[in-house]
Amino acid sequence: MTELTAAPGEAAVAHAFAAPPAQWRLLLRKPTFIIGAAVLLFWLMCAIFGHLIAPLDPLAQQLLAKNTGPSGAHLFGTDSLGRDVLSRVIVGARDILLIAPLATLLGVVCGTAIGLAMGYFGGVIDVVLGRVVEAVLALPVVIVAFLFIVAVGPSSLTLIIVVGFIFTPLIARTVRTAVLVESQLDYLSSARLLGERPGYIMFAEILPNVLPVIVVEFTVRLGYAIFAVATLSFLGFGVQQPTPDWGGDIAANYGLLGAGYWWETLFPALAIASLVMALNLVTDSIEQVISS
Amino acid sequence: MTRYLLRRIGLAIVTLWLLSLIVFLAGQVLPGDPGRAVLGNFASPSAVRAYDHQLGVDRPLLVQYLGWVGGLLHGNMGSSYTYRSPVEPLIVAALGNSAKLAILALVIIIPLGIAGGVYAALYAGRAIDRTISLTGLAASTVPEFVSGIVLIIVFGIALKALPIQASTDPGASIPVQLDHLILPAIPLVLVLFGYIARMARAGTVEALDSDYARTATLKGLPRSVVIRRHVLRNSLLPTITVIATQTGYLIGGLVVVEQLFNYPGIGRLILTAANGKDFPMLEAGVLVIGVVYMVATLIADVLYTVLNPRLRVGVSQ
Repeated sequence: MTELTAAPGEAAVAHAFAAPPAQWRLLLRKPTFIIGAAVLLFWLMCAIFGHLIAPLDPLAQQLLAKNTGPSGAHLFGTDSLGRDVLSRVIVGARDILLIAPLATLLGVVCGTAIGLAMGYFGGVIDVVLGRVVEAVLALPVVIVAFLFIVAVGPSSLTLIIVVGFIFTPLIARTVRTAVLVESQLDYLSSARLLGERPGYIMFAEILPNVLPVIVVEFTVRLGYAIFAVATLSFLGFGVQQPTPDWGGDIAANYGLLGAGYWWETLFPALAIASLVMALNLVTDSIEQVISS
Repeated sequence: MTRYLLRRIGLAIVTLWLLSLIVFLAGQVLPGDPGRAVLGNFASPSAVRAYDHQLGVDRPLLVQYLGWVGGLLHGNMGSSYTYRSPVEPLIVAALGNSAKLAILALVIIIPLGIAGGVYAALYAGRAIDRTISLTGLAASTVPEFVSGIVLIIVFGIALKALPIQASTDPGASIPVQLDHLILPAIPLVLVLFGYIARMARAGTVEALDSDYARTATLKGLPRSVVIRRHVLRNSLLPTITVIATQTGYLIGGLVVVEQLFNYPGIGRLILTAANGKDFPMLEAGVLVIGVVYMVATLIADVLYTVLNPRLRVGVSQ
């Protein structure tokens, strides 16, 4: 505790990021963490080097080989335009792994700023911002997303803004609670007595101390972001065809399920499922190690 | 209690008014105009203008808004651009279909989620607890359309056990309808199971840990009686609220599942209206969903207050 008051910011950050080696070893001994991290790493590789790994051009159409089932030439088969499903699944990792973290980051940045202001200033600012947060939370998420996207038009940027906007009030609420706990502590009174400006106190004194809360919030929200981005892409509000995208490819091909062409949707679906499950295994393991 | 209720209803009305404003404005800033959307790209500009005039979308915004709200208050939701017929019957039919699907999902999920959560809590820390918690977590993070696709492929195509179209011929018997609705209901169940089980587990763990549960055990009551009479009564309260707060997720899930299973519910109606720039349909649909959501939350709040003596006393003071 003396350490904390001596250098509050550094100590908290060090605690969050450079957890004692024993804790890291604990994490590495958890099979759930290893499996989750491996799958996550695989999709990250696909997102970065997708075009190099993919066996074929994900956009190349072979109109003579439409809707062919999995075979030696096309391990995951071809879709209704004769494009290689395996290549599209590999390259399709990029958009979701770019959009979801950016959206989460946007929500975390805005939510943290609002939460810091609410918790630090209190009073009128807290009440007014609190009402706005309540109002946004009072609407079903899908309605908010819907109205926004319908008004602005579908694109990757819209997706990032919508999901970030939906996350902002949720994160603001969490950060506010953490800030309220901090504001009881001595180092804040001394900062005020030293005459530091509110901006400095909020971002240089309080922020480093609530950072662990924010980091956990980011990892949890990231899972929801992937859920939301994939779903909105499926509804046609995300990346537009012909760009490979898991949700978009499912939307384009699920009408053919009745004809028995299952490979065109099953593989993108399994990709999404494996990504969210891997992320949750990792998050769950980290939380367990931290709380133990 | 009455004051609390009145305040809640007042707040709900204010939120609804805000929602109507947002819906209307979002509808108006939609890119492209309805005349163009309905008549197509090859219609002449004068024809589009004439059609817009006929619809009244070339009037000032305030006039349009007041006309729309005035109509709503008289029970007139306007008429659909795409279907060229009044909106109400379409919305009512779609809402009925969605209700069927939602109720089926809730009938499955509430007992399942509560049982799972309570069971996990009773064996807290053991393998069965970890299994239930992790399964719930994994299931609740997989989007509905992903689990839906897998279910369709496994049960609809590989096993040919269940139909993959949710809609039935009008007048189909209830067992036939159930047969068609069971596959779409499962993705909704999967997503909600994790949340409800987690809440039920947390409440039960807390109640098991309480002084009154210890007292009941120490005075020699059988474990089953302690759980039934002392633990569950306290632990299931928060679960009721969480089920109501999930109405929002449920509505979002309905949009996705109805689209995937080609089911004529309110979610698919709104999605189609949004893509077809059918403002009256979109606005009415979103408002109706807003009303449903608010009523559900209100009922949950009231139910919670009625069931929880501590809160009831707090309110009357």
